[in-house]
Amino acid sequence: MNFDYAPAPESRDLVTIDAHYGLFIDGEFVEPTDGTSFKTINPATEEVLAEVSEAGPNDVDRAVRAAQAAYAKVWSKMPGAERAKYLYRIARLIAERSRELAVLETLDNGKPIRESRDVDMPLVSAHFFYYAGWADKLEHAGFSDAPRPYGVAAQIIPWNFPLLMLAWKIAPALATGNTVVLKPAETTSLTALAFAQICQDAELPAGVVNIVTGDGATGRALVEHPDVNKVAFTGSTEVGRQIQRAIAGTTKGLTLELGGKAANIVFDDAPLDEAIEGIVNGIYFNQGHVCCAGSRLLVQESVADDVLERLKSRLTMLRLGDPMDKNTDIGAINSPAQHARIAELIAAGDEEGAQRWTAPCVLPDKGWWIAPTVFTGVTQAHRIAREEIFGPVLSVLSFRTPEEAVIKANNTPYGLSAGIWSEKGSRTLWMAERLQAGVIWANTFNRFDPASPFGGVKESGFGREGGRQGLGAYLQREVR
Amino acid sequence: MDDRVEVRKTYKLFINGVFPRSESGRTYPALDSKGKLLAHAALASRKDARDAVLAARAAQPGWAARDAYSRGQILYRIAEMLEGRRDQFETEITRCEGLSARRATGVVNATIDRWVWYAGWADKITQVLGSSNQVSGPYFNFSVPTPTGVVAAVAPARSSLLGLVSVIAPIIVTGNTVVCLAAPEKPLPAISLAEVLATSDLPAGVVNILTGQPHTVGPWLAEHADVNALDLSGVDDDSLATEMAVGAAGTIKYALPPCDSDWTLDPGLGRLSAFMNTTTVWHPQGR
Repeated sequence: MNFDYAPAPESRDLVTIDAHYGLFIDGEFVEPTDGTSFKTINPATEEVLAEVSEAGPNDVDRAVRAAQAAYAKVWSKMPGAERAKYLYRIARLIAERSRELAVLETLDNGKPIRESRDVDMPLVSAHFFYYAGWADKLEHAGFSDAPRPYGVAAQIIPWNFPLLMLAWKIAPALATGNTVVLKPAETTSLTALAFAQICQDAELPAGVVNIVTGDGATGRALVEHPDVNKVAFTGSTEVGRQIQRAIAGTTKGLTLELGGKAANIVFDDAPLDEAIEGIVNGIYFNQGHVCCAGSRLLVQESVADDVLERLKSRLTMLRLGDPMDKNTDIGAINSPAQHARIAELIAAGDEEGAQRWTAPCVLPDKGWWIAPTVFTGVTQAHRIAREEIFGPVLSVLSFRTPEEAVIKANNTPYGLSAGIWSEKGSRTLWMAERLQAGVIWANTFNRFDPASPFGGVKESGFGREGGRQGLGAYLQREVR
Repeated sequence: MDDRVEVRKTYKLFINGVFPRSESGRTYPALDSKGKLLAHAALASRKDARDAVLAARAAQPGWAARDAYSRGQILYRIAEMLEGRRDQFETEITRCEGLSARRATGVVNATIDRWVWYAGWADKITQVLGSSNQVSGPYFNFSVPTPTGVVAAVAPARSSLLGLVSVIAPIIVTGNTVVCLAAPEKPLPAISLAEVLATSDLPAGVVNILTGQPHTVGPWLAEHADVNALDLSGVDDDSLATEMAVGAAGTIKYALPPCDSDWTLDPGLGRLSAFMNTTTVWHPQGR
């Protein structure tokens, strides 16, 4: 069968990218005082998109002081109902500019336009809209009669869902009355900078949101700044450890959303057509650059052959290539560094004796790409079954009984998400009670919603984002 | 005064439902508020702490899987046992905390009432902290609070009984198990509490109590991979608090910061929610 599609590229003209971006501090774009600059690259074409400023320690200090002043003078005094209106404005502005933001996200990140347009941007706007409504209802949220924000929140986000992670951080922080200094990932700064312009358009008071771009050094300066009251981080477990160590012994609040190695468990009574789509969505969505990706497929032995055959057949139909093409399923790997990491783990899978199958697709000459990959014959001891790959690589293991599935699924230091595929409700609920994971998808996978709490257990972190529970990350815990 | 010689009690550790001496063979003097010897308490070693973590880990899944109603019953039973032995506790805290008899009665009253208060939460906390979430799309989506697992706690240094139960009860009522370091200078009420726990249908290993020096075993517990969270409430030394918080980072444990507060205050839900995570489940809806 031939599944050639005519090219259907989204228009690049929808977005104007400046040649150079400053830091967003105290309501204005400013040049760094002790920082430098770096280039941000389209990972699908290796084209330089813009030059972005790298904030030095002094710049971080300016941003924290701006946030502190805005907290003391404006934001902490403003009634929740008024804070809410700014958040509603931001939600609307994002919705109005969503196509442009989707294009910008895809250019800077490499994810398919279909995903940035249909998943990321609608969720970003919805997240601000959802938390806007909480801003004047906090005393009813069950935390306290007089809930207290922390003050200045330092927020560090990853490159896999740049604007969505920004929304998950900034919306609840502002709704609860904190001001923020946010550092986007160095490979995906552009939508955060576009968001800074949206804050200006919304006439958000200066200093309530500050965006400092840069790499790990900028993040470290931010986390360790003595006037930061709360740290929220999404990223790798290793950096999460460093952050937790760095602020140990201080009064700073901390929430961490870290790595994962989720089990996607398919029982013999599963709705197999849906399960195949769920497996594909679980690990190949966003090139597998998803902390909650279903990277370990646990399939019941009696249906293993059938599931694998259907899965491979489905994977041969995925279209890898130009992320700007509306028909593209698999986009570019975000950076050469990430490409090297994935390639290294694929090599480890080969070396440790797992059997590799790769979807037949032609990789573009420029940019960084990895074809959908499936490893079978994987044991629990293999690195590809234990380490987070953060790429389009699935490790397949099998099981015989529900008890064995639970033991294998929980046999990881991580605990972010899990999937259960079965038509038997009692079994699904039995499994859900035993799986050590913060999010469990039953007969679905990788669903997100502003009203649905998200976050992990064990070494996947603590604290929740989304829902009423997500407010708790930005309100001081009352313990007596 | 008759001439009968009193039978004195040997204070030992409480691990996995039994009362072993420290494997180190060491003890230390527990003094009363005027500096007079009350008894020798066991000086817990790292190996004792390891045994306690093993017991807590082994007990945790069964304790969490028990019906919440049943956990509530067991906690309530502990309050009944406390009431029956209230004279002993009054005497003990009078001695070690130097309280007047009237204050001691007040503290024991508050202690028993706190157990009863927390016991009642066992089958209610999920309704208060959990939720059904209105997501956009044909899904039933709900969130439930789930126990974090094994918690290592440092009991308040000053409040040897009320502070201790105010730390332990909220940890265990939701399905966690605990390894608790008793107030180092006032360890005796903790071991007497253990005698109550041992006779209250509480499964072995749910509560484990160590006496000794937090400096010796605290940092080691903080790093232990089988410990899921820390309660540093009773840590009154900044450098130890920092050391334990650094240790917690190794396996990303949540650490409740030091807070040796006024234990007579209404506790609120802060301690219950500190040692629970939220698990969210999505399921499609359809015909």
